[in-house]
Amino acid sequence: MAYADLDDVDAMHHPHSFITKYIWSQDHKVIAIQYSLTAIAVGLVAMVLSWIMRLQIGFPGMFEFISPEIYYQSVTMHGMIMVIYLLTALFLGGFGNYLIPLQLGARDMVFPFMNMLSYWFYLASVLILLASYFVPGGPTGAGWTLYPPQAILPGTPGVDWGILLMLISLAVFIVAFTMGGLNYVTTVLQARTRGMTLMRMPLSVWGIFVATILGLLAFPALFVSAIMMSFDKLLGTSFFMPYIVSMGQALDYGGGSPVLFQHLFWFFGHPEVYIVALPAFGLVSEVLSTHARRCIFGYRLMVWAIVIIGFISFIVWAHHMYVSGMNPYFGFFFATTTLIIAVPTAIKVYNWVLTLWRGNIHLTVPMLFAIGFIFTFVHGGLTGLFLGNVVVDLPLSDTYFVVGHFHMVMGVSPILVVFGAIYHWFPKITGRMFNETLGKWHFWLTLLGTYSIYLPMHYLGILGVPRRYYAYGTTDFIPESAMTMNTGITISALIVAVVQLIFLYNMIWSVFRGPKADPNPWKATSLEWLTPDTPPKHGNWGPELPVVYRWAYDYSVPGAAEDYIPQNQPPDATHKTVDDHAEAVEQAPQDDGAPQA
Amino acid sequence: MSFWRNVTEKSWERPGEADELHSGVILEQPTRRMALRVFLCVVASVFFLLFVAYRIRMEYPDWRPLPLPSVLWLNTVLLVLASAVMQWTRSQVEKANPGPLRAGMVVSGLLTVGFVVGQWVAWSQLGAEGYALRSNPANAFFYLLTAVHGAHVLGGLWVWLRATLRAFRKDGAATVQGSVQLCATYWHFLLLVWLVMLYFLLTT
Repeated sequence: MAYADLDDVDAMHHPHSFITKYIWSQDHKVIAIQYSLTAIAVGLVAMVLSWIMRLQIGFPGMFEFISPEIYYQSVTMHGMIMVIYLLTALFLGGFGNYLIPLQLGARDMVFPFMNMLSYWFYLASVLILLASYFVPGGPTGAGWTLYPPQAILPGTPGVDWGILLMLISLAVFIVAFTMGGLNYVTTVLQARTRGMTLMRMPLSVWGIFVATILGLLAFPALFVSAIMMSFDKLLGTSFFMPYIVSMGQALDYGGGSPVLFQHLFWFFGHPEVYIVALPAFGLVSEVLSTHARRCIFGYRLMVWAIVIIGFISFIVWAHHMYVSGMNPYFGFFFATTTLIIAVPTAIKVYNWVLTLWRGNIHLTVPMLFAIGFIFTFVHGGLTGLFLGNVVVDLPLSDTYFVVGHFHMVMGVSPILVVFGAIYHWFPKITGRMFNETLGKWHFWLTLLGTYSIYLPMHYLGILGVPRRYYAYGTTDFIPESAMTMNTGITISALIVAVVQLIFLYNMIWSVFRGPKADPNPWKATSLEWLTPDTPPKHGNWGPELPVVYRWAYDYSVPGAAEDYIPQNQPPDATHKTVDDHAEAVEQAPQDDGAPQA
Repeated sequence: MSFWRNVTEKSWERPGEADELHSGVILEQPTRRMALRVFLCVVASVFFLLFVAYRIRMEYPDWRPLPLPSVLWLNTVLLVLASAVMQWTRSQVEKANPGPLRAGMVVSGLLTVGFVVGQWVAWSQLGAEGYALRSNPANAFFYLLTAVHGAHVLGGLWVWLRATLRAFRKDGAATVQGSVQLCATYWHFLLLVWLVMLYFLLTT
């Protein structure tokens, strides 16, 4: 039996020296923190890059150091870092690593050594990526989609070294992800503790689990396109390169298909959206349910929606390519699948709202972020319905409407969940409490600030202001007021960036000086809150693994002594028999989620 | 519990009940075999996408298929034999008959090394006949596909080498049974990929 493999605590090799404990660590919790800190650090780099873009657009020509090359390099690196090196790494490498073993009642991942390697490969990929700032020509400026032929032709910044380092870094990242992903999937399937059936797993584990499967199947597309593009660049093959005249000279390339690259890229790129979104869905469900003291509404449907979204996400990719030109039937198919994916997603949103309905809502800092997420996600999702239609997408595709849309839905929304989740699990991870007041300031300024960045962008897009441009010059259809709006957006962006210092200060200060946290400060039911030590020690559970008797959402159960029943509490402790429990549930009034008097 | 019953369980209804049904595993197989299967799905995804790209590219008018060197047939036979010997070794080990373990591992490994050498010969022959990588997309795809498959084979050989060295240690036979099973699965998979690839290379 799989759970018995790790049941023997003496068999675990406990590290003693500082280096084996915190550097070459095989403990999933330390690896999770390593992943998270690296991801946040590189995310801060990407945030600085966004200032360069915004300063140029908000105050054109005022900052002389921002050349067109630097502008495009910043656009490219900002996008790639945020999507892959921050969000993917933080949700799966960070939260996945921390929560999967703890929430399943396991001692560690099933392959701890490979888990450690995964982090070091990830770190290597980050360093290779950042190294491109120190090579001749600097990093690539091809845009985060790296479309050929321009990505590897002169005229694009970083055409000599930058693009190669980008491709190598991506390949190394994919190797790192595959090693981590094998661990996450196998741990979920094999190492759950006794009693932890699939449908008793918290939704956070479900989200991370399905997202990992998506990643394992989708990243190969990026891997393949990176190899083929490297061949084109280094060996002169023509996988993606058409017959082309560059700077007055006919090149040796001929007959390749740039659109083939787009198909491969987006076959990865669209599931990537859900690789980021599904863990966010899962984590936010945990936070909402816990802080509303209410069982998650429609648990089974939430799980199935995650799985269905994961499946459909593989057959919508070409909606990123409507403007590349395609058979109208093809466009029709992809528009249909794109709109269908809104159905399970909407189910999730309704269920979150219904979880709050008549709940005993505690407006703690994590809860504020979770509720904020519902707003930003609905806004970003609804504009997605516009863009999923071919005829609406064509005029909007190259405008700021798209920038506003994808930043709302996969920039702001997942980041709000990241913040909420960090605040939620911070007491368990560090054993200390953060400052609630600073957290609330952080929330309100971030939420309102990001809205004031991205809502106006939709309006700019409908005006027709094109995205990706370094400078607009004198353009008839862009009124002066649009330029003023751009200045305002830039100022908001700078304010939001400064606000993140509150978060960093709060976290760093609290790690060292925060008041000691209760082991279960939110009175939550899932297993990670029930560890014998806070923060949990190596091996997580002391001599015996926990046994699970119930699902993860027994909040405000009628007839129970407290408003939560931990997953490891046997039924006898609350009701004498199982039948008593069923009876009590049946007899309870309809509004059983309301606070008990 | 069947998978369907697993994912339709109404977990909120009867606390305490499912723990008698659930032993901690959902799919009755060892963890390492599970992980290998997941990994092979990832590899299958890589090859699937390469094959799709190949088929799409083939339709373009400038496609000039290259003649396959006949050594590829010999290589195919070597790989089939390697896979078969690996399977035979596995079945012997599973029958608690460790006698042919070392010989079986060595023979199948050497057959596989022969496959890699044969692929190299095929590359040199094509190179000598002037079928350069960049002269035609068909050539580029041929080299790309065989190179990625070659890397996959070399990865397998590395694991094989470790397992074989362990088998030659004193009472190592007992510890490598799992590795032999995993190697056999891996070898069948790389044979399968090679046969599909050969089909695509032949049907241009």
